[in-house]
Amino acid sequence: MNLHEYQAKQLFADYGLPVSRGYAVDTPKEAAEACKKIGGDRWVVKAQVHAGGRGKAGGVKLVESAEEASAFAEQWLGKKLVTYQTDANGQPVTKILVENCTDIATELYLGAVVDRGSRRIVFMASTEGGVEIEKVAEETPEKILKAEIDPLVGAQPYQARELAFDLGLDKNQIKQFTKIFLGLARMFAEKDFALLEINPLVITGSGDLHCLDAKINLDGNALYRHPDLEAMRDPSQEDEREANAQKWELNYVALDGNIGCMVNGAGLAMGTMDIIKLSGGQPANFLDVGGGATKERVAEAFKIILSDTSVKAVLVNIFGGIVRCDMIAEGIMGAVEQVGVNVPVVVRLEGNNAELGTQKLADSGLNIIAATSLTDAAQQVVKAAEGK
Amino acid sequence: MSILIDKNTKVICQGFTGGQGTFHSEQAIEYGTNMVGGVTPGKGGQTHLGLPVFNTVSEAVEQTGAEASVIYVPAAFCKDSILEAANAGIQLIICITEGIPTLDMLDVKVKCDELGVRLIGPNCPGVITPGESKIGIMPGHIHKPGKVGIVSRSGTLTYEAVKQTTDHGFGQSSCVGIGGDPIPGSTFIDILEMFEKDPKTEAIVMIGEIGGTAEEEAAQYIKAHVSKPVVAYIAGVTAPPGKRMGHAGAIIAGGKGTADDKFQALESAGVKTVRSLAEIGDKLKEAAGW
Repeated sequence: MNLHEYQAKQLFADYGLPVSRGYAVDTPKEAAEACKKIGGDRWVVKAQVHAGGRGKAGGVKLVESAEEASAFAEQWLGKKLVTYQTDANGQPVTKILVENCTDIATELYLGAVVDRGSRRIVFMASTEGGVEIEKVAEETPEKILKAEIDPLVGAQPYQARELAFDLGLDKNQIKQFTKIFLGLARMFAEKDFALLEINPLVITGSGDLHCLDAKINLDGNALYRHPDLEAMRDPSQEDEREANAQKWELNYVALDGNIGCMVNGAGLAMGTMDIIKLSGGQPANFLDVGGGATKERVAEAFKIILSDTSVKAVLVNIFGGIVRCDMIAEGIMGAVEQVGVNVPVVVRLEGNNAELGTQKLADSGLNIIAATSLTDAAQQVVKAAEGK
Repeated sequence: MSILIDKNTKVICQGFTGGQGTFHSEQAIEYGTNMVGGVTPGKGGQTHLGLPVFNTVSEAVEQTGAEASVIYVPAAFCKDSILEAANAGIQLIICITEGIPTLDMLDVKVKCDELGVRLIGPNCPGVITPGESKIGIMPGHIHKPGKVGIVSRSGTLTYEAVKQTTDHGFGQSSCVGIGGDPIPGSTFIDILEMFEKDPKTEAIVMIGEIGGTAEEEAAQYIKAHVSKPVVAYIAGVTAPPGKRMGHAGAIIAGGKGTADDKFQALESAGVKTVRSLAEIGDKLKEAAGW
């Protein structure tokens, strides 16, 4: 789960880290009022969406009057912001963050992520902040400094000092950097982050370190122990079908093709997409009904797949390990009756009670094509989607 | 021979009296697994499925000599359960549960390594040595004792490979699901090393997925250390670039982790790869010269 910048900065403030004074507002009027509350004569207004690249897309602006801030809010609230990190439709803007303006001398980068290879939280710092950091990492990897955190002893001040010296910071900044580094490490561990990024971490005109942006990605598996973070969820930023699928413990990702897929297991779901493509078709979605699929969930999965109007045929591929294929068959039959399926459905059942499941489908009198193998299933569904 | 488990391996179950623990323990006993008891705190002294229930893993180890433990407890309690088993002297821990917080696994992995305990999973189907011992949730009947070692990040993809090797008549020496989590207890390399040493394993099937660099690392290991034929499949060629995880993830992966990268790494290590998962059995026949 992602947090908005204003939510992340609230967490930063809770941990005593230097962030700008700001207000997240819902209306143009509040945007103007926020400027007055903050004071001064220049402010930064930032559209709040779960995506990077906002500046280049026009979602961040320096304003010099409350009216200008209000106009920016008017322009963006309720609209969608398209950046290089969003899809073509963009992400809806429901809040604007109004902040006091920071005087920037230098832009640094500081981030942290759980690294699979080293099995550690790894901090990354660079003098090349503010720009597209992926490019820096790819073209000049030596400019990305790293520090691995030992899970048992946690982050240590010497690690912060090492990074700070390498970043070329001065004495006072090293102290500030150490405080920021240790605070972030504590926050990462206590709040179960998956990813954390400050880009840019700036040195202000007066020589102080300041967290100008904040991006936090949370470990979805750990949200149960952070109700405060769960409460920050913004459903407007999530794909509606994907969110609905999640409610039913289904893992769904919408794609561009026309063959709907319902599979058990993430690996087999990907494998099924691959084999459809090899057979000349295009998958419309990734959908894992999970190991503990129930009749109701199978029916819901069908509804979600069919809510995508580009779907011209559906492939159901189930290898029954824990799940019983006859139960899956009942779910399919229930869904076909409930929602009325107008596209051809190809079903391949294998494993636990596969024969019984296939028999049930055959006896149902519904328009379901039973496949004899995985390759056969893929070829049949590609043909069906082409209307052959 | 086989790897990790055989018919003599004494197994206990943590979360024994719960729904999942009960269902899969019943199946395991029926398969012939040497189940010697289970652990459910507060239910010690009871009998469940004809086996003793203990309050703690320590007690279970003391009284039964258990060597392996399979864990079905809910994700929130897995860190505790794994550490309990590791500290009680269990040598092989197989954690089936999915949804364990990643940071819990960072701690658990360090402790298991320190104690020299082998952890398989989490978020995996488990381990089976066909005809001898089944520890996990895989359907036993699709397996057949034989000569192919299977290691996989995905549960249902493992079953596909098992079915194909059974249908071809090759059978399996052992099958290990290492799980789909970012921080697994054991890696491909750990299991490849065991298959290479196991005299009963004549060829190896490796099933990977997009994300991370475990397959690339395995490819390097195979090139240097594995003499047996290896057939590999990587799922996710058609998967779009993942949900945006921000920059830091892309940095640490260095832009790597696509299925194409993995196929390439494996092929240059001499591994025979298949682009369709339906062809694993056929390719194995060709690679092993059977």
